Amino acid sequence: MATSETYARWRTRLVPDHIVGEILSKNWIDNAIPVFMLVLAICVFGSIIPNFFLFGNLTDEGREFGELALVVLGMTVVLLAGGIDLSVGSTFALANFVTLALINWFDWPAGLAIGCALLAGALVGLLNGFLIGYLRLRAFLTTLVTLIVVRAIVDTLVLSYSSKVVVPLGYSAFWEYLSYEDVYGVPVAFIVAAVLAVAAHVFLTRLRPGWRILAVGGSRRSAYNAGLPVRRIVAGTYVLSGVLAAAGGVFYASRLGAATATTGVGLEVAALTAAVLGGVSLGGGRGSVTKALLGAATVLVISNSLIQMGLRSGTNTLALGVVLLVAVAIDVKWLKNRFKLLSRVYVSPAYFRLPPRPDATEGSGTPYALNDRLRDVELIGLGEIDAAEDPILDIDDHLDFGNRQGDIIRYFGPDHKRSEVYAHVGGMPLGMAFDKAGDLVCCVAGMGVYKIARETREVIKLTDETNRSWLSIIDDSRLRLPDDLDIAPDGRIYFSEATVRFDMHEWMVDALESRGNGRIICHDPRDGSTRTVLSGIRFPNGICLAHDGKSILYASTWSCTVERFWLEGEKKGRTETVIGNLPGYPDNINRASDGNYWMALVGMRTPTFDLALRKPGFRRRMVQQLAQDEWLFPQMNVGCVVKFNERGEVIDCLWDRRGVNHPMITSCNEHRGYLYLGGIVNNRVGRYRIEGADPDFTNQGSYWGSGK
Amino acid sequence: MSSADRAAFSQEKIVLTIAAAMFVAFSLLLDGFFTAGNIVSLVQNVSILGVLGVGMALTIIGRGIDLSMVANMAISVAWVLFLANGGTPLPLAILCGLAFCLTVGLLNGILIAYLEIPAIFATLAMGTAVYGFGQSMLIEGDVIFVPRTEAWFKAIGGSTIMGIPSPVIWFAAIGAAVAALLGFTRPGRFIFGMGDNPLAARITGVPMRPMMVAQYVASSLIAFAAGVFTATLVDSMNTRVAASTLIYDVILVAVIGGIGLSGGKGGVRNVVVGTLLIGTLLNGMTIMDVPYTVQNIVKSLILLVAIVTDSILNPRDEQTSQQGDI
Repeated sequence: MATSETYARWRTRLVPDHIVGEILSKNWIDNAIPVFMLVLAICVFGSIIPNFFLFGNLTDEGREFGELALVVLGMTVVLLAGGIDLSVGSTFALANFVTLALINWFDWPAGLAIGCALLAGALVGLLNGFLIGYLRLRAFLTTLVTLIVVRAIVDTLVLSYSSKVVVPLGYSAFWEYLSYEDVYGVPVAFIVAAVLAVAAHVFLTRLRPGWRILAVGGSRRSAYNAGLPVRRIVAGTYVLSGVLAAAGGVFYASRLGAATATTGVGLEVAALTAAVLGGVSLGGGRGSVTKALLGAATVLVISNSLIQMGLRSGTNTLALGVVLLVAVAIDVKWLKNRFKLLSRVYVSPAYFRLPPRPDATEGSGTPYALNDRLRDVELIGLGEIDAAEDPILDIDDHLDFGNRQGDIIRYFGPDHKRSEVYAHVGGMPLGMAFDKAGDLVCCVAGMGVYKIARETREVIKLTDETNRSWLSIIDDSRLRLPDDLDIAPDGRIYFSEATVRFDMHEWMVDALESRGNGRIICHDPRDGSTRTVLSGIRFPNGICLAHDGKSILYASTWSCTVERFWLEGEKKGRTETVIGNLPGYPDNINRASDGNYWMALVGMRTPTFDLALRKPGFRRRMVQQLAQDEWLFPQMNVGCVVKFNERGEVIDCLWDRRGVNHPMITSCNEHRGYLYLGGIVNNRVGRYRIEGADPDFTNQGSYWGSGK
Repeated sequence: MSSADRAAFSQEKIVLTIAAAMFVAFSLLLDGFFTAGNIVSLVQNVSILGVLGVGMALTIIGRGIDLSMVANMAISVAWVLFLANGGTPLPLAILCGLAFCLTVGLLNGILIAYLEIPAIFATLAMGTAVYGFGQSMLIEGDVIFVPRTEAWFKAIGGSTIMGIPSPVIWFAAIGAAVAALLGFTRPGRFIFGMGDNPLAARITGVPMRPMMVAQYVASSLIAFAAGVFTATLVDSMNTRVAASTLIYDVILVAVIGGIGLSGGKGGVRNVVVGTLLIGTLLNGMTIMDVPYTVQNIVKSLILLVAIVTDSILNPRDEQTSQQGDI
């Protein structure tokens, strides 16, 4: 073995570079940048400023954080719906003044005063919402105008009455509590903000109104066309923002107890900076409460630290402006390039060496030798069928298979001329089998394992998830590409999931990785549990229960092997290789009437791709530097059917030499003396007469006895 | 050109009519409004707003906006005066200020054109940063006075020619230059094309990014000029103006005159009309002794009416509006 190959092998073993792409494909990766910035800010200022981590210091910051966080939450909700609210600073000041005036001057109860302040905020929000939501004005300018108007009103009030609102007339225990007390060192403002943040998180991620806000922000036109009341939703976000800004103002009033002309000035820039810094996107649809809080914390740390460092007055403004610019630039560039980066690094080829290919040329004398026995198959549904991955026949001779539109099509026996949509599943049905009751059980790509009840044709979900493996970064509890299944005598369903890293439409890209991304999963209908049985398999595909029912045979497509997994007996739980080196890529396996097995080879191996498998660096460069339609894929145009026995000896081979009827075969199913051939890119099902086969053999009979 | 420009009730005509009516009403009802001295001061006071409005119009027509104009103007000119007061020869100081404001314009352009940050945010943040930078690094104190020695400098904004205050002449000159640029030169037509349909302009071969940078450099230059006029007119530069609502007045004169915020339409004429209305209004309110804060409210409400009218004349609906267009 050449040194470079040894290196490639060890690199594959030791460097888990597939996790880079998996991490990048996670939604939480968006939070990585704001978390990094917060940590950076804390480290930098924590090392410069003495007493940075002092408790009293933190308590003060907690109060301020509570106020800022409330305003930022409101801003975030508006941004998520695709708008912007610049009036939050003025609303904040208005609420501050109203609270102080009502409590100190008019001597109202604190609760009522706070209610009025929140109402004032809601009214400003309602004005914004009416203008922007219903009149469809531009959010930026409109909220700028309300900023000026509300600010002018507050200025007028402060000019005339600021002295009257500062001195309290009476005493309110509740107000005092809000102002000075804390719960085990945690200020009330902080607690309220935390509770509201949790509520906002639940609202945005779990409740219908929150989802609608995200929908409007994600694509306003689609939301409108889907029938959402876009205008009302947009207006609602401004009301929410107004109320939250007012709540911030109330806590400001409780903390400082003064109304000046500078209250809340520039708060809109700080809130906007915080939201964008946290990763809430301008233009809507992307962001979360966590991001908003991260941004708020970072802004607070930076601005408070700059104040404590006693720098000149403009420094704070300068820092905020620069941070806002950097944050927006990162946000814009990250959004634009994240998927480019992801598509560059996601495919991560592994080293894999196949043994030399068995000879399959005509006259070579091997069991795989090319012939033309599929030349004269009868064709069923020529031109009507699309993607019959795994045709199966029931005991009444009806022929069932899936198509790309998410239907299961049935051709009526015995002549298979007429057809109907047997059931609509919604995803692309792949492998199928009948259970003991005669219900059709099938794997559905991207969905899971489903059952179609024989009598009612009701589509029933059997399972769509398995146990999450601890070290997997991708959420492998969801079934991504269930491929084929078979059912054990006790009713347990064994199915293969070809790969956890790719979806149905890019299944062949998994070959470029040739990493063990697939697994065998067992669903037990008796208790409804689903557990992963085997994992790390290179594209497990066909599955077939052995004739004695004690083991399952499965084909590993990219390994070009057939393996046996023991369900019972002395080897229970162990795996052994049945066929170690096929000349092609094995697909579905099914029982033959003579006690052997039929297996489709979906394509034959080529020296080029076998060589490419030994050169992961080559495949990585190819994936990164070429367009997808230029990539080297395994050959999938010419395949054949093989028959093998329990010992793994290949005893027969069927080819379509001209490549007219069945060049590509993914499944072969024996039924009453005929072999039915399907292909995932074929527009037909082939029917081949098997010499000397049992004319009464049916799969259903073979599994569950001849009775129904 | 949209149908709104040809319609009998175009925004420009409406505003012009309102301005004229207000002028007549104030002349009849207010003592001291229709006097030569007041008219001259009215025109002189709004001409600087008008100059800024012309710069703003240039960016808005190209589907941008420059919110950093006032901060840029205040800090760059204040720095010139600060340097001159500190002993630097005035021409050198002016070169420094000019270099500073050009840098800001260039940065704005690069951020918007190459980093693809929405103009409204890039310039908002830039305005904040410029103000903070000036306050902390360049100058000391809020109000910087014009050095007493340089008479020629004071004459820029503080003189009269045949009874006409020089800011008015500057407004006319800059307005005429920009109007010629927009109307008769290739870059001017490119700006309209970029504002009308950026994608079409790009595939037609308009050099979008360099043009955008040029736009913001131009608006910075105009802001610097406006700053010099202001400083020489009132003998000082108050940097606090950057934190005031002046920038919204600038948007106001542009938008109210009928320059659509979605870009691609309008011209210097619209700025003149808007400036006349706002000038008349502010002058009238000042004579009536309306408090500053109330003036702000009135201006804001007028701006609101202007953008409501704008959105009625140039409607956007759910099918045609662009995602992320705020």
